[in-house]
Amino acid sequence: MRKVYLDHAATTPAHPKVVEAMLPYFTSKFGNPSNLHDMGREAKDAVEEARARTASLIGAKPEEVFFTSSGTESNNFAVKGLAQANSQKGNHIIVSQVEHFSVLHPVKTLEKAGFKVTQIAPDKQGLIDPADVAKAMTKETVLVSIMHANNEIGTLQPVEEIGKITREKGVLFHTDAVASVGWMPVDVKALGVDALSLSGHQFYGPKGAAALFVRKGVRIKPQIEGGVQEDGRRGGTENVPALVGLGKAAELAEAEISGRMSYLTPLRDKLLAGLNTRISDMIVNGHPSRRLPHNVNVSFLFVEGESMLLFLNMEGIYVSSGSACTSRSLKSSHVLSCIGTDAAAANGTLLLTIGMGTSSEDVDYVLEKLPPIVQRLREMSPLYEDMIKNRKKT
Amino acid sequence: MEQYSSKVMEHFAQPHNVGEIENADGVGTVGNPVCGDVMRLYIKVDNNVITDAKFKTFGCGAAIATSSMVTDLVKGKTIDEALKISNAAVAEALGGLPKVKMHCSVLAEEALKSALDDYYKKKGMASPVKMPAEAGHEHEME
Repeated sequence: MRKVYLDHAATTPAHPKVVEAMLPYFTSKFGNPSNLHDMGREAKDAVEEARARTASLIGAKPEEVFFTSSGTESNNFAVKGLAQANSQKGNHIIVSQVEHFSVLHPVKTLEKAGFKVTQIAPDKQGLIDPADVAKAMTKETVLVSIMHANNEIGTLQPVEEIGKITREKGVLFHTDAVASVGWMPVDVKALGVDALSLSGHQFYGPKGAAALFVRKGVRIKPQIEGGVQEDGRRGGTENVPALVGLGKAAELAEAEISGRMSYLTPLRDKLLAGLNTRISDMIVNGHPSRRLPHNVNVSFLFVEGESMLLFLNMEGIYVSSGSACTSRSLKSSHVLSCIGTDAAAANGTLLLTIGMGTSSEDVDYVLEKLPPIVQRLREMSPLYEDMIKNRKKT
Repeated sequence: MEQYSSKVMEHFAQPHNVGEIENADGVGTVGNPVCGDVMRLYIKVDNNVITDAKFKTFGCGAAIATSSMVTDLVKGKTIDEALKISNAAVAEALGGLPKVKMHCSVLAEEALKSALDDYYKKKGMASPVKMPAEAGHEHEME
Protein backbone atom coordinates (compact mmCIF):
# COMPACT_ATOMS: atom_id res chain seq x y z
CA MET A 1 0.00 0.00 0.00
CA ARG A 2 1.13 3.53 -0.79
CA LYS A 3 2.04 5.60 2.25
CA VAL A 4 1.43 9.32 2.02
CA TYR A 5 2.58 11.46 4.91
CA LEU A 6 0.73 14.78 4.80
CA ASP A 7 1.48 15.94 8.32
CA HIS A 8 4.68 17.96 7.84
CA ALA A 9 3.31 20.65 10.16
CA ALA A 10 3.48 18.08 12.96
CA THR A 11 7.03 17.01 12.19
CA THR A 12 9.32 16.18 9.27
CA PRO A 13 11.72 13.28 8.77
CA ALA A 14 15.35 14.17 9.40
CA HIS A 15 17.17 14.56 6.07
CA PRO A 16 19.69 11.72 5.46
CA LYS A 17 22.50 14.29 5.31
CA VAL A 18 21.34 15.62 8.68
CA VAL A 19 21.50 12.15 10.22
CA GLU A 20 24.91 11.55 8.65
CA ALA A 21 26.24 14.81 10.10
CA MET A 22 24.87 13.96 13.55
CA LEU A 23 26.12 10.39 13.94
CA PRO A 24 29.79 10.97 14.90
CA TYR A 25 28.67 13.24 17.75
CA PHE A 26 26.97 10.33 19.55
CA THR A 27 30.08 8.16 19.55
CA SER A 28 33.59 9.21 18.55
CA LYS A 29 33.01 12.95 18.96
CA PHE A 30 31.03 12.75 22.19
CA GLY A 31 32.80 15.48 24.13
CA ASN A 32 31.20 18.12 26.32
CA PRO A 33 31.60 21.56 24.73
CA SER A 34 32.31 23.09 28.14
CA ASN A 35 35.56 21.11 28.49
CA LEU A 36 38.88 22.67 27.57
CA HIS A 37 40.52 19.52 26.28
CA ASP A 38 40.52 18.46 22.65
CA MET A 39 37.35 16.36 22.99
CA GLY A 40 35.50 19.35 24.40
CA ARG A 41 36.96 21.70 21.81
CA GLU A 42 35.82 19.42 18.98
CA ALA A 43 32.24 19.44 20.30
CA LYS A 44 32.36 23.19 20.94
CA ASP A 45 33.51 23.84 17.38
CA ALA A 46 30.64 21.72 16.05
CA VAL A 47 28.08 23.63 18.12
CA GLU A 48 29.50 26.97 16.97
CA GLU A 49 29.43 25.86 13.35
CA ALA A 50 25.77 24.87 13.79
CA ARG A 51 25.11 28.28 15.33
CA ALA A 52 26.70 30.05 12.37
CA ARG A 53 24.64 28.02 9.89
CA THR A 54 21.42 28.61 11.81
CA ALA A 55 22.20 32.34 12.01
CA SER A 56 22.96 32.48 8.29
CA LEU A 57 19.58 30.94 7.42
CA ILE A 58 17.73 33.81 9.11
CA GLY A 59 20.18 36.63 8.35
CA ALA A 60 21.39 36.91 11.95
CA LYS A 61 24.82 37.06 13.59
CA PRO A 62 25.96 33.80 15.25
CA GLU A 63 26.10 35.46 18.66
CA GLU A 64 22.42 36.37 18.30
CA VAL A 65 21.34 32.70 18.15
CA PHE A 66 20.60 30.81 21.38
CA PHE A 67 19.92 27.11 21.17
CA THR A 68 17.00 25.52 23.01
CA SER A 69 15.29 22.12 23.03
CA SER A 70 12.08 22.95 21.18
CA GLY A 71 9.94 25.61 19.56
CA THR A 72 7.86 25.60 22.72
CA GLU A 73 10.92 26.35 24.84
CA SER A 74 12.00 29.12 22.44
CA ASN A 75 8.57 30.76 22.68
CA ASN A 76 8.48 30.46 26.48
CA PHE A 77 12.01 31.88 26.67
CA ALA A 78 11.14 34.79 24.38
CA VAL A 79 7.87 35.82 25.96
CA LYS A 80 8.83 35.42 29.62
CA GLY A 81 12.48 36.33 29.20
CA LEU A 82 11.88 39.55 27.26
CA ALA A 83 8.96 40.70 29.41
CA GLN A 84 10.74 40.00 32.69
CA ALA A 85 14.07 41.53 31.66
CA ASN A 86 12.43 44.72 30.45
CA SER A 87 9.61 45.16 32.98
CA GLN A 88 11.11 48.44 34.22
CA LYS A 89 9.92 49.91 30.89
CA GLY A 90 6.32 48.79 31.30
CA ASN A 91 4.00 45.88 31.94
CA HIS A 92 1.84 45.63 28.82
CA ILE A 93 2.11 42.81 26.26
CA ILE A 94 0.37 42.50 22.89
CA VAL A 95 -0.19 39.12 21.23
CA SER A 96 -2.62 37.77 18.64
CA GLN A 97 -5.43 35.38 19.53
CA VAL A 98 -4.12 32.82 17.06
CA GLU A 99 -0.67 32.35 18.62
CA HIS A 100 0.48 28.86 19.51
CA PHE A 101 -0.23 27.83 23.11
CA SER A 102 3.52 28.05 23.79
CA VAL A 103 3.05 31.83 23.49
CA LEU A 104 -0.47 32.13 24.92
CA HIS A 105 0.15 30.10 28.07
CA PRO A 106 3.35 31.92 29.16
CA VAL A 107 1.49 35.18 28.52
CA LYS A 108 -1.28 33.93 30.83
CA THR A 109 1.33 33.21 33.49
CA LEU A 110 2.74 36.74 33.10
CA GLU A 111 -0.77 38.14 33.40
CA LYS A 112 -1.16 36.39 36.77
CA ALA A 113 2.15 37.98 37.81
CA GLY A 114 0.81 41.49 37.10
CA PHE A 115 1.37 42.06 33.38
CA LYS A 116 -1.50 43.41 31.28
CA VAL A 117 -2.22 41.61 28.02
CA THR A 118 -4.04 42.64 24.83
CA GLN A 119 -4.98 39.85 22.45
CA ILE A 120 -5.54 41.07 18.89
CA ALA A 121 -8.33 39.33 16.94
CA PRO A 122 -7.62 38.18 13.37
CA ASP A 123 -9.93 38.68 10.39
CA LYS A 124 -11.77 35.76 8.79
CA GLN A 125 -8.65 34.73 6.86
CA GLY A 126 -6.53 34.76 9.97
CA LEU A 127 -4.74 38.06 9.27
CA ILE A 128 -3.79 40.51 11.99
CA ASP A 129 -4.23 44.16 11.01
CA PRO A 130 -1.03 46.11 11.88
CA ALA A 131 -3.28 49.11 12.60
CA ASP A 132 -4.88 47.11 15.42
CA VAL A 133 -1.44 46.52 16.88
CA ALA A 134 -0.65 50.25 16.67
CA LYS A 135 -3.97 51.08 18.34
CA ALA A 136 -3.36 48.61 21.16
CA MET A 137 -0.01 50.20 22.06
CA THR A 138 0.22 52.12 25.30
CA LYS A 139 3.09 53.84 27.10
CA GLU A 140 3.37 50.67 29.13
CA THR A 141 3.75 48.30 26.14
CA VAL A 142 7.00 46.38 26.47
CA LEU A 143 6.54 43.43 24.11
CA VAL A 144 4.61 42.45 20.99
CA SER A 145 4.56 38.76 20.02
CA ILE A 146 2.89 37.92 16.71
CA MET A 147 3.65 34.78 14.76
CA HIS A 148 5.16 34.78 11.28
CA ALA A 149 2.95 31.98 9.93
CA ASN A 150 0.09 30.24 11.62
CA ASN A 151 0.85 26.57 12.23
CA GLU A 152 -2.74 25.45 11.57
CA ILE A 153 -4.28 27.63 8.88
CA GLY A 154 -0.98 28.68 7.29
CA THR A 155 -1.77 32.41 7.13
CA LEU A 156 1.32 34.65 6.87
CA GLN A 157 1.12 37.69 9.12
CA PRO A 158 2.24 41.17 8.03
CA VAL A 159 5.26 40.93 10.32
CA GLU A 160 7.29 43.55 8.41
CA GLU A 161 4.58 46.18 8.87
CA ILE A 162 4.19 45.33 12.54
CA GLY A 163 7.97 45.52 12.89
CA LYS A 164 7.95 49.08 11.55
CA ILE A 165 5.42 50.07 14.19
CA THR A 166 7.29 48.44 17.07
CA ARG A 167 10.61 50.01 16.02
CA GLU A 168 9.01 53.42 15.80
CA LYS A 169 7.63 53.02 19.32
CA GLY A 170 10.74 51.38 20.71
CA VAL A 171 8.81 48.25 21.73
CA LEU A 172 10.33 44.76 21.57
CA PHE A 173 8.92 42.46 18.90
CA HIS A 174 9.08 38.67 18.96
CA THR A 175 7.80 36.44 16.18
CA ASP A 176 7.17 32.72 16.36
CA ALA A 177 8.51 31.50 13.01
CA VAL A 178 8.49 27.80 13.91
CA ALA A 179 5.98 27.06 11.14
CA SER A 180 7.71 29.04 8.41
CA VAL A 181 11.51 28.71 8.79
CA GLY A 182 12.81 26.24 6.22
CA TRP A 183 9.70 26.58 4.03
CA MET A 184 10.12 30.18 2.87
CA PRO A 185 12.75 32.91 3.18
CA VAL A 186 12.89 34.33 6.71
CA ASP A 187 15.23 37.23 7.40
CA VAL A 188 15.29 38.89 10.80
CA LYS A 189 16.46 42.22 9.37
CA ALA A 190 13.77 42.34 6.68
CA LEU A 191 11.14 41.36 9.23
CA GLY A 192 12.39 43.94 11.71
CA VAL A 193 12.05 41.63 14.71
CA ASP A 194 14.00 41.63 17.96
CA ALA A 195 13.45 37.94 18.62
CA LEU A 196 12.43 34.94 16.51
CA SER A 197 11.73 31.30 17.35
CA LEU A 198 12.54 28.37 15.06
CA SER A 199 12.58 24.59 15.46
CA GLY A 200 14.75 21.98 13.70
CA HIS A 201 12.32 19.09 13.33
CA GLN A 202 9.91 21.39 11.48
CA PHE A 203 12.28 21.53 8.50
CA TYR A 204 14.13 18.20 8.16
CA GLY A 205 16.27 18.59 11.26
CA PRO A 206 16.12 16.39 14.36
CA LYS A 207 13.71 16.73 17.27
CA GLY A 208 15.16 18.30 20.40
CA ALA A 209 17.02 21.13 18.65
CA ALA A 210 15.59 24.62 18.27
CA ALA A 211 16.72 28.20 18.59
CA LEU A 212 15.76 31.67 19.65
CA PHE A 213 17.24 34.64 17.83
CA VAL A 214 17.67 37.64 20.13
CA ARG A 215 18.92 40.85 18.54
CA LYS A 216 22.26 42.02 19.89
CA GLY A 217 21.82 44.41 22.78
CA VAL A 218 18.32 43.19 23.70
CA ARG A 219 18.05 42.03 27.31
CA ILE A 220 16.46 38.66 28.03
CA LYS A 221 16.09 36.88 31.36
CA PRO A 222 17.31 33.26 31.34
CA GLN A 223 14.60 30.70 32.08
CA ILE A 224 16.94 27.76 32.65
CA GLU A 225 19.56 28.80 35.17
CA GLY A 226 22.66 27.24 36.61
CA GLY A 227 24.88 26.85 33.58
CA VAL A 228 27.24 28.97 31.55
CA GLN A 229 26.12 27.49 28.25
CA GLU A 230 24.62 29.70 25.53
CA ASP A 231 26.46 32.71 26.90
CA GLY A 232 24.72 32.21 30.23
CA ARG A 233 21.26 32.64 28.68
CA ARG A 234 20.30 28.98 28.74
CA GLY A 235 21.95 26.49 31.05
CA GLY A 236 22.35 22.78 30.45
CA THR A 237 24.83 20.65 28.55
CA GLU A 238 24.26 21.17 24.84
CA ASN A 239 22.48 18.45 22.83
CA VAL A 240 25.47 18.39 20.51
CA PRO A 241 24.29 15.79 17.94
CA ALA A 242 20.88 17.45 17.62
CA LEU A 243 22.39 20.92 17.29
CA VAL A 244 24.75 19.67 14.59
CA GLY A 245 21.66 18.26 12.86
CA LEU A 246 19.86 21.59 13.17
CA GLY A 247 22.88 23.34 11.64
CA LYS A 248 22.90 20.90 8.72
CA ALA A 249 19.14 21.31 8.22
CA ALA A 250 19.63 25.10 8.20
CA GLU A 251 22.42 24.80 5.64
CA LEU A 252 20.22 22.61 3.38
CA ALA A 253 17.24 24.93 3.79
CA GLU A 254 19.27 28.01 2.89
CA ALA A 255 20.57 26.36 -0.28
CA GLU A 256 17.21 24.89 -1.31
CA ILE A 257 14.67 27.47 -0.18
CA SER A 258 13.59 28.82 -3.57
CA GLY A 259 13.50 25.30 -5.01
CA ARG A 260 11.33 24.16 -2.11
CA MET A 261 8.85 26.96 -2.63
CA SER A 262 8.60 26.44 -6.37
CA TYR A 263 8.12 22.68 -5.86
CA LEU A 264 5.57 22.91 -3.05
CA THR A 265 3.35 25.80 -4.10
CA PRO A 266 1.91 24.23 -7.29
CA LEU A 267 1.57 20.87 -5.53
CA ARG A 268 -0.36 22.52 -2.69
CA ASP A 269 -2.57 24.27 -5.24
CA LYS A 270 -3.17 21.01 -7.09
CA LEU A 271 -4.29 19.32 -3.88
CA LEU A 272 -6.60 22.17 -2.93
CA ALA A 273 -8.08 22.55 -6.41
CA GLY A 274 -8.57 18.78 -6.66
CA LEU A 275 -10.45 18.66 -3.37
CA ASN A 276 -12.54 21.65 -4.37
CA THR A 277 -13.73 20.04 -7.61
CA ARG A 278 -14.35 16.62 -6.05
CA ILE A 279 -16.02 17.49 -2.73
CA SER A 280 -19.01 19.80 -2.20
CA ASP A 281 -19.68 21.83 0.94
CA MET A 282 -16.02 22.40 1.67
CA ILE A 283 -14.56 25.49 3.34
CA VAL A 284 -10.95 26.54 2.77
CA ASN A 285 -9.50 27.97 5.98
CA GLY A 286 -6.83 30.66 6.04
CA HIS A 287 -5.75 33.16 3.42
CA PRO A 288 -5.95 32.18 -0.29
CA SER A 289 -2.51 33.58 -1.25
CA ARG A 290 -0.75 34.80 1.90
CA ARG A 291 -0.11 31.29 3.17
CA LEU A 292 2.61 28.72 3.76
CA PRO A 293 3.58 26.96 0.51
CA HIS A 294 2.84 23.51 1.94
CA ASN A 295 -0.34 24.09 3.95
CA VAL A 296 -3.91 23.06 3.06
CA ASN A 297 -6.54 23.48 5.78
CA VAL A 298 -10.11 22.56 4.85
CA SER A 299 -13.40 21.91 6.64
CA PHE A 300 -15.84 19.37 5.21
CA LEU A 301 -19.36 20.11 6.40
CA PHE A 302 -21.51 17.39 8.04
CA VAL A 303 -18.59 15.07 8.84
CA GLU A 304 -16.25 14.80 11.78
CA GLY A 305 -12.48 15.06 11.51
CA GLU A 306 -11.34 12.10 13.57
CA SER A 307 -13.45 9.70 11.51
CA MET A 308 -11.89 11.05 8.32
CA LEU A 309 -8.42 10.82 9.86
CA LEU A 310 -8.97 7.16 10.87
CA PHE A 311 -10.32 6.13 7.46
CA LEU A 312 -7.44 7.94 5.74
CA ASN A 313 -5.05 6.12 8.07
CA MET A 314 -6.47 2.80 6.83
CA GLU A 315 -5.52 3.91 3.31
CA GLY A 316 -1.98 4.81 4.39
CA ILE A 317 -2.63 8.56 4.36
CA TYR A 318 -1.48 10.43 7.46
CA VAL A 319 -3.03 13.82 8.27
CA SER A 320 -4.08 15.96 11.24
CA SER A 321 -7.51 17.14 12.23
CA GLY A 322 -8.80 20.33 13.85
CA SER A 323 -11.62 18.37 15.39
CA ALA A 324 -12.50 18.48 19.07
CA CYS A 325 -12.40 14.69 19.15
CA THR A 326 -8.74 14.40 18.26
CA SER A 327 -7.57 16.80 20.93
CA ARG A 328 -7.21 15.61 24.48
CA SER A 329 -9.21 18.58 25.69
CA LEU A 330 -12.14 17.74 23.36
CA LYS A 331 -12.12 21.37 22.27
CA SER A 332 -11.82 22.20 18.62
CA SER A 333 -9.01 24.45 17.40
CA HIS A 334 -8.86 27.92 19.01
CA VAL A 335 -7.49 29.25 15.72
CA LEU A 336 -10.56 28.14 13.77
CA SER A 337 -12.89 29.57 16.37
CA CYS A 338 -10.99 32.91 16.33
CA ILE A 339 -11.38 33.25 12.55
CA GLY A 340 -15.10 32.63 12.96
CA THR A 341 -15.32 29.05 11.66
CA ASP A 342 -18.62 27.56 12.79
CA ALA A 343 -17.95 25.07 15.61
CA ALA A 344 -19.64 22.18 13.81
CA ALA A 345 -17.61 22.89 10.65
CA ALA A 346 -14.41 23.15 12.72
CA ASN A 347 -15.02 19.57 13.86
CA GLY A 348 -14.83 18.50 10.21
CA THR A 349 -11.43 20.06 9.60
CA LEU A 350 -8.38 18.39 8.12
CA LEU A 351 -4.89 19.85 8.03
CA LEU A 352 -2.90 18.48 5.08
CA THR A 353 0.73 19.59 4.95
CA ILE A 354 2.85 18.36 2.08
CA GLY A 355 6.64 18.11 2.02
CA MET A 356 9.61 17.68 -0.27
CA GLY A 357 8.97 13.90 -0.30
CA THR A 358 5.38 14.33 -1.49
CA SER A 359 4.97 13.49 -5.17
CA SER A 360 2.29 14.51 -7.63
CA GLU A 361 1.19 10.83 -7.62
CA ASP A 362 0.80 11.03 -3.82
CA VAL A 363 -1.56 13.96 -4.28
CA ASP A 364 -3.48 11.98 -6.95
CA TYR A 365 -3.79 9.11 -4.47
CA VAL A 366 -5.23 11.42 -1.79
CA LEU A 367 -7.62 12.92 -4.33
CA GLU A 368 -8.76 9.39 -5.19
CA LYS A 369 -9.18 8.18 -1.59
CA LEU A 370 -10.50 11.17 0.35
CA PRO A 371 -13.72 12.03 -1.59
CA PRO A 372 -15.35 8.60 -1.09
CA ILE A 373 -14.44 8.72 2.62
CA VAL A 374 -16.18 12.08 2.99
CA GLN A 375 -19.17 10.79 1.03
CA ARG A 376 -19.41 7.60 3.08
CA LEU A 377 -19.33 9.54 6.35
CA ARG A 378 -21.89 12.02 5.04
CA GLU A 379 -24.25 9.18 4.20
CA MET A 380 -23.85 8.11 7.82
CA SER A 381 -24.37 11.64 9.18
CA PRO A 382 -27.70 12.87 10.59
CA LEU A 383 -26.55 16.45 9.89
CA TYR A 384 -26.20 15.63 6.19
CA GLU A 385 -29.61 13.92 6.19
CA ASP A 386 -31.20 17.05 7.72
CA MET A 387 -29.43 19.31 5.22
CA ILE A 388 -30.68 17.25 2.25
CA LYS A 389 -34.24 17.32 3.61
CA ASN A 390 -34.05 21.09 4.20
CA ARG A 391 -32.67 21.73 0.71
CA LYS A 392 -35.55 19.74 -0.79
CA LYS A 393 -38.05 21.87 1.14
CA THR A 394 -36.65 25.18 -0.07
CA MET B 1 -4.51 9.77 23.30
CA GLU B 2 -5.18 6.15 24.14
CA GLN B 3 -5.61 3.77 21.23
CA TYR B 4 -8.93 2.21 20.29
CA SER B 5 -9.48 -1.52 20.89
CA SER B 6 -9.61 -3.80 17.86
CA LYS B 7 -13.35 -4.27 18.48
CA VAL B 8 -13.89 -0.50 18.30
CA MET B 9 -11.91 -0.30 15.05
CA GLU B 10 -13.91 -3.23 13.64
CA HIS B 11 -17.24 -1.50 14.36
CA PHE B 12 -15.87 1.84 13.13
CA ALA B 13 -14.51 0.46 9.86
CA GLN B 14 -17.58 -1.67 9.10
CA PRO B 15 -20.41 -0.29 11.24
CA HIS B 16 -23.54 -2.40 11.55
CA ASN B 17 -27.07 -1.03 11.09
CA VAL B 18 -26.25 2.24 9.38
CA GLY B 19 -29.28 3.97 7.87
CA GLU B 20 -32.82 5.10 8.50
CA ILE B 21 -36.04 3.19 9.20
CA GLU B 22 -39.04 4.50 7.27
CA ASN B 23 -41.99 5.02 9.62
CA ALA B 24 -39.90 4.07 12.63
CA ASP B 25 -41.75 3.44 15.89
CA GLY B 26 -39.23 5.53 17.78
CA VAL B 27 -36.54 8.02 16.78
CA GLY B 28 -34.09 9.69 19.14
CA THR B 29 -31.49 12.33 18.28
CA VAL B 30 -28.95 13.35 20.92
CA GLY B 31 -25.66 15.24 21.07
CA ASN B 32 -24.45 18.50 19.65
CA PRO B 33 -22.39 19.19 16.51
CA VAL B 34 -20.38 21.76 18.49
CA CYS B 35 -19.10 19.01 20.77
CA GLY B 36 -18.40 16.85 17.76
CA ASP B 37 -21.04 14.14 18.03
CA VAL B 38 -24.70 13.75 17.08
CA MET B 39 -26.44 10.36 17.13
CA ARG B 40 -29.82 9.52 15.67
CA LEU B 41 -31.27 6.13 16.49
CA TYR B 42 -34.32 4.54 14.86
CA ILE B 43 -36.22 1.55 16.30
CA LYS B 44 -38.92 -0.69 14.95
CA VAL B 45 -41.06 -2.32 17.67
CA ASP B 46 -43.27 -5.31 17.17
CA ASN B 47 -45.26 -6.79 20.01
CA ASN B 48 -43.07 -5.10 22.64
CA VAL B 49 -39.91 -6.46 21.00
CA ILE B 50 -37.38 -4.30 19.13
CA THR B 51 -37.23 -6.01 15.75
CA ASP B 52 -34.93 -3.55 14.02
CA ALA B 53 -32.60 -0.68 14.90
CA LYS B 54 -30.63 1.66 12.68
CA PHE B 55 -28.51 4.71 13.24
CA LYS B 56 -26.94 7.78 11.73
CA THR B 57 -24.04 9.40 13.51
CA PHE B 58 -21.87 12.46 13.05
CA GLY B 59 -18.87 11.88 15.22
CA CYS B 60 -15.51 10.37 15.95
CA GLY B 61 -14.47 6.73 15.70
CA ALA B 62 -15.84 5.95 19.16
CA ALA B 63 -19.17 7.62 18.43
CA ILE B 64 -19.66 5.51 15.29
CA ALA B 65 -18.53 2.30 17.03
CA THR B 66 -20.83 2.81 20.05
CA SER B 67 -23.76 3.56 17.69
CA SER B 68 -23.05 0.35 15.82
CA MET B 69 -22.75 -1.64 19.05
CA VAL B 70 -25.88 -0.26 20.76
CA THR B 71 -28.00 -1.04 17.69
CA ASP B 72 -26.58 -4.59 17.69
CA LEU B 73 -27.29 -5.01 21.42
CA VAL B 74 -30.85 -3.75 21.26
CA LYS B 75 -32.12 -5.90 18.40
CA GLY B 76 -34.37 -8.73 19.60
CA LYS B 77 -34.66 -7.24 23.09
CA THR B 78 -37.97 -6.40 24.76
CA ILE B 79 -38.58 -2.76 25.64
CA ASP B 80 -37.89 -3.50 29.31
CA GLU B 81 -34.60 -5.22 28.49
CA ALA B 82 -33.61 -2.35 26.20
CA LEU B 83 -34.23 0.16 28.96
CA LYS B 84 -31.61 -1.62 31.05
CA ILE B 85 -28.80 -1.29 28.48
CA SER B 86 -26.23 0.98 30.07
CA ASN B 87 -23.34 2.93 28.63
CA ALA B 88 -20.97 0.65 30.53
CA ALA B 89 -22.46 -2.38 28.75
CA VAL B 90 -21.91 -0.73 25.37
CA ALA B 91 -18.31 0.18 26.25
CA GLU B 92 -17.63 -3.29 27.62
CA ALA B 93 -19.03 -4.99 24.52
CA LEU B 94 -16.53 -2.93 22.52
CA GLY B 95 -13.62 -4.14 24.62
CA GLY B 96 -13.44 -0.82 26.46
CA LEU B 97 -13.05 2.78 25.34
CA PRO B 98 -10.30 5.34 25.97
CA LYS B 99 -11.18 7.41 29.04
CA VAL B 100 -11.74 10.61 27.05
CA LYS B 101 -14.15 8.73 24.79
CA MET B 102 -16.41 7.24 27.49
CA HIS B 103 -18.90 10.05 26.84
CA CYS B 104 -19.57 8.46 23.44
CA SER B 105 -20.99 5.38 25.18
CA VAL B 106 -23.16 7.67 27.33
CA LEU B 107 -24.38 9.29 24.14
CA ALA B 108 -25.27 5.85 22.74
CA GLU B 109 -27.29 5.07 25.87
CA GLU B 110 -28.99 8.47 25.62
CA ALA B 111 -29.82 7.94 21.94
CA LEU B 112 -31.44 4.60 22.77
CA LYS B 113 -33.40 6.03 25.72
CA SER B 114 -34.49 8.98 23.60
CA ALA B 115 -35.77 6.61 20.87
CA LEU B 116 -37.64 4.56 23.50
CA ASP B 117 -39.08 7.74 24.99
CA ASP B 118 -40.27 8.73 21.51
CA TYR B 119 -41.83 5.27 21.11
CA TYR B 120 -43.91 5.73 24.27
CA LYS B 121 -44.96 9.22 23.22
CA LYS B 122 -45.98 8.06 19.75
CA LYS B 123 -48.10 5.36 21.41
CA GLY B 124 -49.71 7.99 23.62
CA MET B 125 -48.37 6.23 26.73
CA ALA B 126 -46.66 7.72 29.76
CA SER B 127 -42.92 7.28 29.28
CA PRO B 128 -40.99 5.51 32.06
CA VAL B 129 -37.69 6.52 30.46
CA LYS B 130 -35.20 8.29 32.66
CA MET B 131 -32.48 10.02 30.67
CA PRO B 132 -29.00 9.34 32.04
CA ALA B 133 -27.02 12.11 33.67
CA GLU B 134 -25.23 14.51 31.33
CA ALA B 135 -22.10 12.84 29.93
CA GLY B 136 -19.77 15.70 30.72
CA HIS B 137 -16.66 16.02 28.61
CA GLU B 138 -13.40 16.11 30.44
CA HIS B 139 -11.59 19.32 29.81
CA GLU B 140 -8.27 18.42 31.30
CA MET B 141 -5.77 20.16 29.15
CA GLU B 142 -5.43 21.97 25.90
